[in-house]
Amino acid sequence: MAQNGSNNVKLLGTWGSPFALRAQVALHLKSVEHEYTEEADVLKSKSDLLVKSNPIHKKVPVLIHGDVSICESLNIVQYVDEAWPSKPSILPSLPQDRAFARFWAHFVDGKCFESIDAVAGAKDDAARMALAGNLMECLTALEEAFQKSSKGGDFFGGENIGFVDIACGGIVGPLSVIEAFSGVKFLSPEATPGLVQWADKFRAHEAVKPYMPNVAEFIEFAKKKFNV
Amino acid sequence: MANEVILLDFWPSMFGMRTRIALREKGVEFEYREEDLRNKSPLLLQMNPIHKKIPVLIHNGKPVCESSIQVQYIDEVWSHKNPILPSDPYQRAQARFWADFIDKKVYDVSRKTWTTKGEELEAAKKELIEILKTLESELGDKPYFGGDEFGYVDIALIGFYTWFPAYEKFGNLSIESECPKLMVWVKKCLERETVAKSLPDPHKVTEFVAELRKRFGLE
Repeated sequence: MAQNGSNNVKLLGTWGSPFALRAQVALHLKSVEHEYTEEADVLKSKSDLLVKSNPIHKKVPVLIHGDVSICESLNIVQYVDEAWPSKPSILPSLPQDRAFARFWAHFVDGKCFESIDAVAGAKDDAARMALAGNLMECLTALEEAFQKSSKGGDFFGGENIGFVDIACGGIVGPLSVIEAFSGVKFLSPEATPGLVQWADKFRAHEAVKPYMPNVAEFIEFAKKKFNV
Repeated sequence: MANEVILLDFWPSMFGMRTRIALREKGVEFEYREEDLRNKSPLLLQMNPIHKKIPVLIHNGKPVCESSIQVQYIDEVWSHKNPILPSDPYQRAQARFWADFIDKKVYDVSRKTWTTKGEELEAAKKELIEILKTLESELGDKPYFGGDEFGYVDIALIGFYTWFPAYEKFGNLSIESECPKLMVWVKKCLERETVAKSLPDPHKVTEFVAELRKRFGLE
């Protein structure tokens, strides 16, 4: 059973991973001292530690707290919120608000990432344009959720960063890459004014900035990875 | 204000079953409304515009969508009895992990046992048994997934049991012989009134799947 405080905290991640980013932001928000280990080639050559601590999925991120490990990024974020219950809280306190936050986080992991991956993997321009429509629908839904949830603040969480911001933050990098490669602006002041401003504020947040590569770095990385 | 709880659901849905069980575990009075999925009600479309799926829990007029989220919501609102999630953060993370595993793996693969043929079917059967064996191994010698108490992961999985005979009939496999410990767990869960009341007769589910197969031209 995990205990707080002096137990060693280690995060296994990989550069540019939108999922590892979520864990890093959560740990930073809670001021949890931890050791970060980079899985250098997580697709082709997984470390023994990764396979041992995440035998089911063998994916990053994995949070190792003392002698237990926690897998799946949104699960890690909730765990960090609960294991280090001091403020700031990541999830809201009212059940209705928590359900709203979980719903949109799930939506990002499901429909959003699916449509981003589909656009990124499209065979040709015609296919890409068709798939782009799905992605636009997702972002329109997110924009509405943002307007409702932010209540005039900078974030989905209102004045402060919260669970949906952290979940959604994962799409900022991948979106900027497909925007650069396709020439299509998925986040725009006309269609998604709230999200455009939110993305800037998120990137600049002190719990995010140290961990999130900038747009140019993401694009370089994608070029190398996909041989463009 | 009196609690008004409505559940928009579809009787064979293993996801709807989760919410039914959770509500009964907490002793919550609710109005069950059957949806015709080929003719969705305006209320369903209004309350779940993004996914347009059941189950939808409507509590005092406000919707909660997605069965796992509904179960957590029910646990938090009616926190006075029968806790569904454990209180320790690590145990909670484990519960969420396994419910998520069930969500990601069981439905899609099991569906193939009655919608595919030939090599695709054989691959799906193999994968389903592996998934169920993984769950069986996680259960170990415990009475329930969370230990001594019935909880979140049990609720996430038990509804699928009503579809097992359909997977077995149309996929030509035997879950009982491959995963006997899992079937012991099933029997234990069925002893619970909240579960027995919330699950349909598996024979009826198999008849329903046979109809679906005819409708999809699979027969």
